[in-house]
Amino acid sequence: MSDHDHGHHHADDPAHPHNAPLSEVQLRVRALESLLTEKGLVDPAALDELIDTYETRVGPKNGARVVARAWVDPDYRRRLLEDATEAIAEMGFIGRQGEDMVVVENTPKVHNMVVCTLCSCYPWPVLGLPPVWYKSAPYRSRAVIDPRGVLREFGVELADDVEVRVWDSTAELRYLVLPERPPGTGGMGEDELAALVTRDAMIGVAKVTAPARKGAAR
Amino acid sequence: MNGVHDMGGMHGFGPVEPEVREPVFHAEWERRAFALTLAMGAWKRWNTDMARLSRERMPPVEYLAASYYERWLWGLRTLLVEQGLVTREELARPADRPPAEARPRPEALKAADVPRMLRNRRAARLDDAVSPKFEPGDRVVARNLNPVGHTRLPRYVRGRRGVVDRDHGVFIFPDAHAAALGKKPQHVYSVRFGARELWGPEARANDAVYADLWDDYLDPA
Repeated sequence: MSDHDHGHHHADDPAHPHNAPLSEVQLRVRALESLLTEKGLVDPAALDELIDTYETRVGPKNGARVVARAWVDPDYRRRLLEDATEAIAEMGFIGRQGEDMVVVENTPKVHNMVVCTLCSCYPWPVLGLPPVWYKSAPYRSRAVIDPRGVLREFGVELADDVEVRVWDSTAELRYLVLPERPPGTGGMGEDELAALVTRDAMIGVAKVTAPARKGAAR
Repeated sequence: MNGVHDMGGMHGFGPVEPEVREPVFHAEWERRAFALTLAMGAWKRWNTDMARLSRERMPPVEYLAASYYERWLWGLRTLLVEQGLVTREELARPADRPPAEARPRPEALKAADVPRMLRNRRAARLDDAVSPKFEPGDRVVARNLNPVGHTRLPRYVRGRRGVVDRDHGVFIFPDAHAAALGKKPQHVYSVRFGARELWGPEARANDAVYADLWDDYLDPA
């Protein structure tokens, strides 16, 4: 799954089951915007700015930079686990739906994953807006009762002796998973490491994998 | 409320279906519904908890059939009418009129205000000096509460025993806030519930769910 090319699709009628029926809802939204604009309650330029922020500027690349920094800088990692809000703010990622952050660390013996069973709570400043599957009934219902089954569908098979911790975002704390640094990345710098970190790994439904080394097959 | 939004532990919804190269929005109307919701929230006629409750009040059959931003749209239309910002008659007007000329009122959110609004670092956390009822390591039981209004106490933890993992500090209490009854400041804790306590003996002994719960949701166990 790609996490790094969000924001460049502009199709209005994709064949996407979650959006049907489109035409009625499109008309409804258009009518509402027109009404609220006419009444002076919204400024369309502000709507454009809100959309542009989350479509092109805020996304999982932010969280990936936090993770990469924690991997290369033990002191930063310690601060991140002790006071995630401040450590993440150091990198400039602050604000709405990330006012109070918690980072939970995956280890060989503990696997963390994040859900919001009641709605769709998600750490916007570091991951952007949540994907459809995160907000969907299958994930919200099953993450707490069958986390290993969900992980298996994402291709993550955990050993029996690994403890699974599921964090249900029922309050205003927002959770980010610090994934394990993959083996074979010892020589990589922060930017190179950040490019490996996926959105799904920071939700806790994937592991970060190192790229296959050139010539490794020989 | 014991609504269909409270999905933790339900069966029958099928597999999780991730989308390859998923865009942030899937249609122009999703962009506009998202932005309209945030822009109208800036009028502060309702708070976050009232907004969540507005979506939870969507009839369950409609809720399950709706996409995510259709739920947002339903909640927004509900709040706009309830707060007297628009009338039902206005909402029913057809969409085929030419777009209105923008003459935003001075209080309406401006493009220049958006970065500051989105970078605001204070939301539900409060500075009130409230003593915690529990501390990390305490054994607690989630109360068996069934309020008809908004709550963030999921059904699957009610009556279950857990251990306080950490104290997050003092926050607005959503049950009161959603009903416009004030902030009722109190501590929020991550409470660890063993998978077997929640789901029975077939669950894994070493797995656990952590839920963030307020003092008013907990009793000593």
